[in-house]
Amino acid sequence: MATKRSITITVNGQQHQSEIEPRMLLVHYLREILDLTGTHIGCNTSQCGACVVLLNGEAVKACTVLAMQAHGCEITTIEGLAPAGELHPIQTGFWEKHGLQCGFCTPGMIMSSYQLLKDNPHPTEDEICKGLEGNICRCTGYQNIVRAVQDAAEHMSTETSIPVSTQN
Amino acid sequence: MGIAAMLGAPIKRREDPRLITGQATYVDDMKLLGMLHMTVLRSTYGHAQISSINTDAASQLPGVVAVITAQDLKNKVGNIPVAAPLPPHITRGMGRRLPLADGKVRFYGDPVAIVVAENRYVARDALDLIEIDYEPLPVVSDVEKAMQPDAPLLYPEFGTNVAVSMHPSSEAIDNIFAETIANGGVIIKERIVNQRLAPSAMETRGVIAEFRKSDSTLNLWSSSQIPHLLRNYLAEQLGLLQHQVRVIVPEVGGGFGSKLNIYPEEALAAFAAMQTGRPVKWIEDRDENLAATIHGRDQVNYVEAAATKEGRVTALKFHVISDLGSYLQFFTDVIAIAFTLPMLSGSYAVPHVYSRCDIVFTNKAPTDAYRGAGRPEATYMVERALDLIARAVKRDPAEVRLLNFVQPEQFPHTMATGALYDSGNYAAALEKALDLIEYDKLRAEQHQKRARGKLVGIGISSYVEICGIGPKGVAPFGLYESARVRIEQTGTVIVYTGTSPHGQGEETTFAQLISNEFGIPIEDVLILHGDTNSTPEGRGTYGSRTTAVGGTAVYQGSLRLKEKMKTIAAAMLEANPSDVSLEDGKFSVAGTPQKSVSFAQVAAAANTSNTLPMDIEPGLETTVFFEPEACTFPFGTHICAVEVDPDTGEVEITRYIAVDDCGKQINPLLVAGQIHGGIVQGIGQALYEEVVYNEEGQLLTTTFMDYAMPIAPYLPALELEHTVTPTLVNPLGVKGVGEAGTIGSTPAVVAAVADALGVAHIDMPLKAEKLWRIIHHQ
Repeated sequence: MATKRSITITVNGQQHQSEIEPRMLLVHYLREILDLTGTHIGCNTSQCGACVVLLNGEAVKACTVLAMQAHGCEITTIEGLAPAGELHPIQTGFWEKHGLQCGFCTPGMIMSSYQLLKDNPHPTEDEICKGLEGNICRCTGYQNIVRAVQDAAEHMSTETSIPVSTQN
Repeated sequence: MGIAAMLGAPIKRREDPRLITGQATYVDDMKLLGMLHMTVLRSTYGHAQISSINTDAASQLPGVVAVITAQDLKNKVGNIPVAAPLPPHITRGMGRRLPLADGKVRFYGDPVAIVVAENRYVARDALDLIEIDYEPLPVVSDVEKAMQPDAPLLYPEFGTNVAVSMHPSSEAIDNIFAETIANGGVIIKERIVNQRLAPSAMETRGVIAEFRKSDSTLNLWSSSQIPHLLRNYLAEQLGLLQHQVRVIVPEVGGGFGSKLNIYPEEALAAFAAMQTGRPVKWIEDRDENLAATIHGRDQVNYVEAAATKEGRVTALKFHVISDLGSYLQFFTDVIAIAFTLPMLSGSYAVPHVYSRCDIVFTNKAPTDAYRGAGRPEATYMVERALDLIARAVKRDPAEVRLLNFVQPEQFPHTMATGALYDSGNYAAALEKALDLIEYDKLRAEQHQKRARGKLVGIGISSYVEICGIGPKGVAPFGLYESARVRIEQTGTVIVYTGTSPHGQGEETTFAQLISNEFGIPIEDVLILHGDTNSTPEGRGTYGSRTTAVGGTAVYQGSLRLKEKMKTIAAAMLEANPSDVSLEDGKFSVAGTPQKSVSFAQVAAAANTSNTLPMDIEPGLETTVFFEPEACTFPFGTHICAVEVDPDTGEVEITRYIAVDDCGKQINPLLVAGQIHGGIVQGIGQALYEEVVYNEEGQLLTTTFMDYAMPIAPYLPALELEHTVTPTLVNPLGVKGVGEAGTIGSTPAVVAAVADALGVAHIDMPLKAEKLWRIIHHQ
């Protein structure tokens, strides 16, 4: 077993210092060390996108990032997308438009949608589909996910859309 | 929204807030004090003798607590449970296995040993230190080769790989075929393959087992569709009594039938927890999920049909060959026999239907129920047959369907296969779909585009399927469903259902039923599921049965409590119970509506009891078991229009219309969600998905890079409509909708692509390369 290394990571606005094995994946760090279990593991090979989080504001697949690589970075997970007790417009969109069934892909889907809308606040249907090609959903057939993102885009053009954790 | 409008209302789900915020608890989100992690060493051979296993180095790795092989399980853990073992061979042990391979491995992914360690990284490291000597054996991974007399045998003691062979005399049907030809009719013949699929729920399987020595109780958390069946069979497997096992099913990230099973890892985690005295967690990796969780479909079918020159089908003849894989899981042996054969007449009044069936072992992962479970295979055969007949008699596929449908006035109708269909109006659904897509116009456009060299096609599928399972005798245990309904002192209604929803949304739809019946806000209703210690014995969620069977139990429970509440309200209002009615959450007396007591006041009186007359039993609680007399048969028509790129062979779905009839709808938003997801899984089978083994039994589709599932950019916007033909087999009039999309869509897509290319049939998946070769005659 390799020697442990020290890392400092800011997650959802809160700084954490940990001693970890260098081989530890970011997704395991978030889930097992910080108990932030909203980020899921669906495929282990970065096809499905269930593990998408924001690293310095950009979407990454946390199953193929080492925790060490996030040293000194800011991470936002699904738990930190909106202030406690509130919903981000993307979360509201998924709820309103029935954009989820089993919910397992949903946190990753929402985080990828965040990136998509950041890059393109008024996407067409085709642009939404293209923007979510790195996320697999087995339940919804993507139909209502597209509607959810459209709904979010409408609301975000009038509301603040910056995740709470990156506001500081 | 008024409460009266609760049934049929597209209200958003009550499940969602925890799921969209990352607060939901799936198995892997749980930690128990002192918990160990389990990993599984799996066979890398398709078929081999294990000559030795050396676990010394693995056991000595710091952090490893135990390494367990089949030797350790002997006389302590029973075989993997099989619901309905069939004679002659399976009842004598063919295809049965311990949770770990005992002396022989029979498929790539067969579990051979487990490691239990302090954390999942160490548990994974230790797998590499287990030394196994394999002596490879000849492999058979092709089901038709497995039926040959000289095929390598998985179970040599039985002298064959064919577990069950049903070959009734075909003399009568052959005579009908001969007669039809003599009368100037047509016959068609085709070999069609329904390829092997991986269910691929986004959450892989996972288990946590905790054995409490203080009261000899096993607590097992599992990502399962069947908490009670798992509890019952696992108890038997481990030599425990049912009350010693508590199964808890937390949030489940999809199942599609793949979690309708009792798997090796459940017994193994339990055994490891009992041996080590510590909780044990096992979480499946995706490569394990693709290799060792059940696969679906995998049939090779021979289809023959005879029809008059007008296209009226006179006879259907089938040979169904079902590939079981290497071992039996829970329903492996009965999928083809119980769910494919009865549906081989589809929506059509065909007077003579004949089928023979072989179910056969091969060196691949076990197959079992995957969304549709046997019915997609039947529908695909029948719909393909109708298209081939239409082609043979040179008529439009829509016309040929209309000519052959069972008519609305014929229901309930016993088909030539023996299946008893409850209700239907097949022509109405087809005609609605034709109108929506403007069929005649679309055909005219197709004509014009073809003239310009475009490869455009249109495919129709008019499916019917079985839901609401089920009546007595379908399985060795009754497939009833249950609900315990309890009303608290404050007026909150709590329902404990025996079903086990995992994405379907019954926390919402069942609450709508209760809210509607009692006239109380949906916020005052709580639906609980997935804990065998609190929910009544139930059968779980699969086979599109949860609302039709489980929902009826909930509804009947509410009726019972409503009657009791009326009696209590009558005592409180000094009225006759028969004069008391419940409306908008208030009990009032006929003729004097100002005399009333609220739902909550009656709930308080019943629970506190002091003011109740002596002849009324205190409390408001009832448990209902509902066993339907018959199954339900949802139906519909899907029409798909495609364009194939002649340069690349890629398929673009340009229109997709679905008209589905699942009886009455409690929540149309969730019905549409089920149909969307179902259609896309069916499109996945038609165009992309395929589990591939090579001749040595090596699995080639071990990641989502190799196993292609639909992603958002591949798909069209689906256009949904419905008809409503209620069933009479349950008081809600609901039929079931979880699998309809998957069953209806696949044949429509394949028909459209075949039409575009101007060929009779192409086997799935219709990948670009395959189509390119057909287009370019390569």
